[in-house]
Amino acid sequence: MGKTLFDKVWDTHVVDSVQNGPQILYIDKHLIHEVTSPQAFNELEARGIPVYRPNQIVATADHNTPTLNQDLPIKDELSRKQLEQLSANCAKNNITLYELGHKYNGIVHVMAPELGITQPGMTMVCGDSHTSTHGAFGTIAFGIGTSQVAQVFASQCLLLTKPKSLRVTVNGKLKNGVLPKDVILYIISKLGTNSGTGYFCEYAGDVFENMSMEGRMTVCNMSIEMGARGGMIAPDETTFEYVKGREFAPKGETFDKKVSYWKTLPTDDDAVFDKEYYFDAEDIEPMVTYGTNPGMGIKISESIPVDDNASFKKSLEYMNFEAGESLINKPINFVFIGSCTNSRIEDFRVAANFIKGKQKADNVTAWLVPGSKQVEAEIINEGLKDIFENAGFELRQPGCSACLAMNDDKIPQGEYCVSTSNRNFEGRQGQGSRTILASPLVAAATAVAGKIVDVTKDIETLELA
Amino acid sequence: MEKFTTLTSRAIPLAIENVDTDQIIPARFLKATDKQGFGGNVFRDWRFDKHGNINEDFSLNNPTYSGSILVAGDNFGCGSSREHAAWALVGYGFKVIVSSFFADIFKGNALNNGLLPVQVSEVFLKSLLQTVEAHPETNLEVNLENQTISISNSEVSESFDIDPYKKTCMINGYDDIDYLLSKKEQIEAFEAEKTY
Ligand code: SF4
Repeated sequence: MGKTLFDKVWDTHVVDSVQNGPQILYIDKHLIHEVTSPQAFNELEARGIPVYRPNQIVATADHNTPTLNQDLPIKDELSRKQLEQLSANCAKNNITLYELGHKYNGIVHVMAPELGITQPGMTMVCGDSHTSTHGAFGTIAFGIGTSQVAQVFASQCLLLTKPKSLRVTVNGKLKNGVLPKDVILYIISKLGTNSGTGYFCEYAGDVFENMSMEGRMTVCNMSIEMGARGGMIAPDETTFEYVKGREFAPKGETFDKKVSYWKTLPTDDDAVFDKEYYFDAEDIEPMVTYGTNPGMGIKISESIPVDDNASFKKSLEYMNFEAGESLINKPINFVFIGSCTNSRIEDFRVAANFIKGKQKADNVTAWLVPGSKQVEAEIINEGLKDIFENAGFELRQPGCSACLAMNDDKIPQGEYCVSTSNRNFEGRQGQGSRTILASPLVAAATAVAGKIVDVTKDIETLELA
Repeated sequence: MEKFTTLTSRAIPLAIENVDTDQIIPARFLKATDKQGFGGNVFRDWRFDKHGNINEDFSLNNPTYSGSILVAGDNFGCGSSREHAAWALVGYGFKVIVSSFFADIFKGNALNNGLLPVQVSEVFLKSLLQTVEAHPETNLEVNLENQTISISNSEVSESFDIDPYKKTCMINGYDDIDYLLSKKEQIEAFEAEKTY
């Protein structure tokens, strides 16, 4: 029987197997940030264990950083201390850190691919559930808890039971205006938030084959929202092209050798998955969520379903929506374009193309937060910043920002925010805030109209790139 | 890590599905750099309103319920990988979480902190919730050695699964770091021979 992409990468990384138990999996790259690493460093220090392979760890500051005046000292004392502790821990243990303001700083899942740290066939972990993003390169990448961060510090390995395999195939041609974000929101709305628990997911079919690396990252990013530990897409020419020439990518002959190896990774034709799902690209439309988990999504032209389940009702109550109603024309006061799901240059190009020549609605506060310093530089170099500012939008500095609202970028109590992030949980964007997940196109259109509008109406004539 | 063998305790019901780790511990409390002090903020925004007033309706605030077992709805612990969620639950005093389904990362985090996730059938979960809500004084018995959860003084009982390796760790209070460090030579050999 053939092997899946996941099998191939996993099997080459198994150091040993515990009898009747988990396997020891070797980890090639470990990414860390300020929020989930301090307790792991403390643990090691308390037990007198050194960091085993510091040169396989890369750190960035992202979750808790301000998106304005990054050159000034951070006002919030706890935030400042957390960042200082990260700097001290990295210095003490010889770990490379791209701290606030560094030209390589950014959200961990944006900066690592962009620097060529993420490569096909690797195993990568980070104390962050959206580590699944890196699976876009044909990498086994997944989020871990802080105890596991300490394990990787100590041994560059993890004890894990091999997950089952799941494949989602989407074939056909996407309609104009249907973006990678819509594809993944659609898949999650169909499969639910726990269909992937215990599985690693592979995305296959022409929709993903024809997608850019940025789009593939958006898709893999949200794998965790259907419960899957990670998602993967087979590496191909698009992948190799993206990796080539990046700061930490292999160069010259080494690169060519790697490419020949990477070409052996895609799933064999006769491989069997534990679970398979198929979708048709033509069925997908721009999506929005109406509830408090990412599985509660509908096509923008549809109405909220009716359901008697108590948790469903609690969720609608929180959102102050009625079962059976449409979201079109709902007034919206906040729009957030950012997060590791949609803060890459492509996302800002889509938004800028829509916004160009239009004006932001007066009622809307719109935050555009690039995923990294490099994306920020591209936005400026490509002239997108001017487009945004002429239309009344505010471009802020990179970081996680309103995605989890740990810094000052919080949506006020009771307010709706159309957000390109990945979680619409209660209070995720600030206490009492109400999140509607959508693509950068839907977010931009909302900001211009001041309310949710049916972008499918003029979808064929939309100029996006 | 504390050892776990058996536990007999009353339980607190939380009949909500898809409880995500943002609810267990909201992001604004993640600025601490140690593991202490999260217990006081567990389920913060369900226990208190914006002005800090107690929400009397929430089961954790209801004095009729007590104990170190939380009986929660399906798909508990989904969302963010923050281990702070496990620290918060442990800090509050929970030793066992019962649900019909747990999210992967949360389950691992719980086990790494001596918090036992007990996965039961939906039918069993329903009867547990009903019993605890109707008779809050009921004790539940969790036996890790035999892998069973029962309602005290009754025939009602179900067995649960746990990875045998993790079970040994929980019973003996070992953690994965000890084990991995004992494999250092093999790990070094693997690094030297890596083929990819
Ligand atoms: S942008 Fe949001 S989801 Fe992504 S790493 Fe930051 S907090 Fe997590």
